[in-house]
Amino acid sequence: MNVLELDGVSYSYPRAKAPALDKVSLSIGEGELVLLAGLSASGKSTLLGVASGVVPHFHGGSFEGHAEVCGLDLRDSGPARIAEHVGTLFQDPETQVVMSTVRAELAFPLENRGHDAVAVARGVEEVALALGIESLLERATAELSGGELQRAALAAALAGRPRLIVLDEPTSQLDPVAGDELLGLLRRLNEEWGTTIVLAEHRLERCLAAADRVIALDRGAVACDAPPSEFLDWAREHAPALETPGARLIASLGLEPPPAGVKAARATLRAHGLLPPPAPPSFAQPPRRRRASRGAPQQPLRFERVWHELSGGRAILAAVSFELAPGELVALLGRNGAGKSTLLRHAAGLREPTRGKVSAAGHVALLLQNPGAYFVHDRVGDELPEALLEAAGLAHLAARHPRDLSGGERQRLALAIVGGDEASVLCLDEPTRGMDRKAKADLAAHLRERAAGGAAVIVATHDPEFAASFATRAILMADGRVIADAQPAAILSGGWYFATETARILGGYAGALTAEQGLAALRAPAAAKVLR
Amino acid sequence: MTYTRRASPLHAARASIGAGYCAALILAVILTKQPLILGALALATTLAAIGSGVGPRVARSLLYSIPMAVLVAVVNALVARDGLTVLARFGDWGPFGQVDPTLEALCFGAVVGLQLVVVVAICALASAAVDPDEVLRSLRRFSFRSALTATLATRMVPLLALDARRIGEAQRSRVDGASRAAIMRAITANALDRSLDIAATLEVRGYGAARRPPRNGRPISRHDLAFIASALAVAALALVASARSLAPFRFYPTIAGPFGVTQYALALAFIALGLAPFAQRRGIMR
Repeated sequence: MNVLELDGVSYSYPRAKAPALDKVSLSIGEGELVLLAGLSASGKSTLLGVASGVVPHFHGGSFEGHAEVCGLDLRDSGPARIAEHVGTLFQDPETQVVMSTVRAELAFPLENRGHDAVAVARGVEEVALALGIESLLERATAELSGGELQRAALAAALAGRPRLIVLDEPTSQLDPVAGDELLGLLRRLNEEWGTTIVLAEHRLERCLAAADRVIALDRGAVACDAPPSEFLDWAREHAPALETPGARLIASLGLEPPPAGVKAARATLRAHGLLPPPAPPSFAQPPRRRRASRGAPQQPLRFERVWHELSGGRAILAAVSFELAPGELVALLGRNGAGKSTLLRHAAGLREPTRGKVSAAGHVALLLQNPGAYFVHDRVGDELPEALLEAAGLAHLAARHPRDLSGGERQRLALAIVGGDEASVLCLDEPTRGMDRKAKADLAAHLRERAAGGAAVIVATHDPEFAASFATRAILMADGRVIADAQPAAILSGGWYFATETARILGGYAGALTAEQGLAALRAPAAAKVLR
Repeated sequence: MTYTRRASPLHAARASIGAGYCAALILAVILTKQPLILGALALATTLAAIGSGVGPRVARSLLYSIPMAVLVAVVNALVARDGLTVLARFGDWGPFGQVDPTLEALCFGAVVGLQLVVVVAICALASAAVDPDEVLRSLRRFSFRSALTATLATRMVPLLALDARRIGEAQRSRVDGASRAAIMRAITANALDRSLDIAATLEVRGYGAARRPPRNGRPISRHDLAFIASALAVAALALVASARSLAPFRFYPTIAGPFGVTQYALALAFIALGLAPFAQRRGIMR
């Protein structure tokens, strides 16, 4: 039986010029795990909105065609009715909770359905145990980390044992560890509870292996609907931006079939005698030369034993020391709460160290996580003088509203607003949230360009693939301390979580991080000896 | 507006009873102008806040309420025409007439200000120690729309505070400064976006079709009983003291009021009854 059935569905948001969905016809069966792929604004979120009923009932707009969700006709049933069968998880964990405690949050959807007190209590306990969040039940939602919030929101979406659960980029704000935990949970729910899962995600390499099927959208229309391996074949030809690094590596070696995950890629390499032997684990240490040195020429940015201690609380930064040289491109990695954002705020002078010293030569520009926070005008042209807008390559967008820009354009505008074009140090906090691969590639190119102009660049990111695409140095933080500071290859190829897909496929061989580096490493003369 | 569950008797009691206890304290404060009784109620509130582990939260409320209380006292002294003990003669202030502040008017204003401070402190105690989700849940049983509004408001306040901090930081990072009006517009637009997000979450959690929530299935605990008894006793004592004028106090034309055994006994009774539930420390962790 199908849980989602769309027949010729077209939908336009109010006052939108182009339709967000264009004659979409598809059906999703019970127990399937479906991945929605596509560039930004391709219609993934809108399709999920249809499945949860918020499109068109909550957003308005014009809707054509026929949609049925778990047997309910969308014309007759709104989101509240559909919520009895469908659990929904949006992107931003902060707006996913509406109650003060986790227990109340989990009880809320059950109470809305009119369950009695015993059924509510039982439902809360069961879902908390299933997701391993029983220790969070009495915690205030305001105190939870991003990963914990997202798990609590997922538990609330699952509390009524829905037949279908739809998720819109649920891992985009999570670190790799929390993201993998969440995906593992979804896989388990799908396999053990038989819950149908429809998941929209930009980082396909993280979840492709678990999917039964991939639906790729392009400008609101279904461009491909196939199993992962066939989807990768299609993507190679029609949408290279959707191809995973692993698939790119295998294809560039001239091998078949395209792998959906690390395991399949390794099997293909092994079958062709191309899988390198496992490398011994390497744990990069902060090299001495990175430490701040007294009397040395002033670097663009220098941290000298910087502490940030909360009054009556823990130390967010603990004796952090490092310096950035002009032209350096640094990826700042670590789990949620490791201290990355605080470190960047110190760099820009938004925080004062409780001990230690931060010194900067020249202007430090900081771009916070949400570029929208910088926009205060209704026109792009009012945000910046014309010359700066021209320099940022945004002059043609002067008449647009800042909120109507694409993710990449918003980043560039915000960077120009904080003086990024003149800065000697550029700090970016999680700039790739919700960005598709093309926008990330554009951003990486822009950062390389700025570094070539002499700026030092430091970017806090949870995305190892993005880090590998631009960084010349990586700093790994944990509990407010720098635990590794080395070349990206030493950090991003030696671990399980903070590692690129290529590095995981090749087991860290030759420090290869990208598909191109992997190909070069496997074709190098040295590889012939190792692989013989 | 951010409730955190703590190990305290007040947190362990169900929300409706905790709210009732706070309401009884407020009733007692409103029904008396006797400074000794008011002092006793202020002391009981302070000790209850400490006993609930929310002393600092309640103390922070004083930052707003004490200036208000001072303002009330000063304004009353300037506008009241009653009282015989003139402190100063400021002469004719045009439309305000003859301004001759009296000791009695100043004291009356100070006592009203003290009432305000204690009531605000009790409200702060309630917001820190009474689970708002449980209160809203109870409210949903009677008024769906009011509960929806209150649910949105309680969630929006901490969220918007967080957003305001982020927007403030972003504006500090700007090379050029934006005008206050522009920033306010941005904050307002952001608040509207956020409220839409929260409303969408409420929709997909089934709030739109919410049925009457079930009664609280938790058994009555020793803390529930203790706080019910305390609230009833405090409210009854306040009503009896008011009806029988056990603690009379007059400000005009001159200050007069007994400070005898009855008044001291009443003050001690309010403290004892208000704090008795905090003596029971068993089972305060949930």
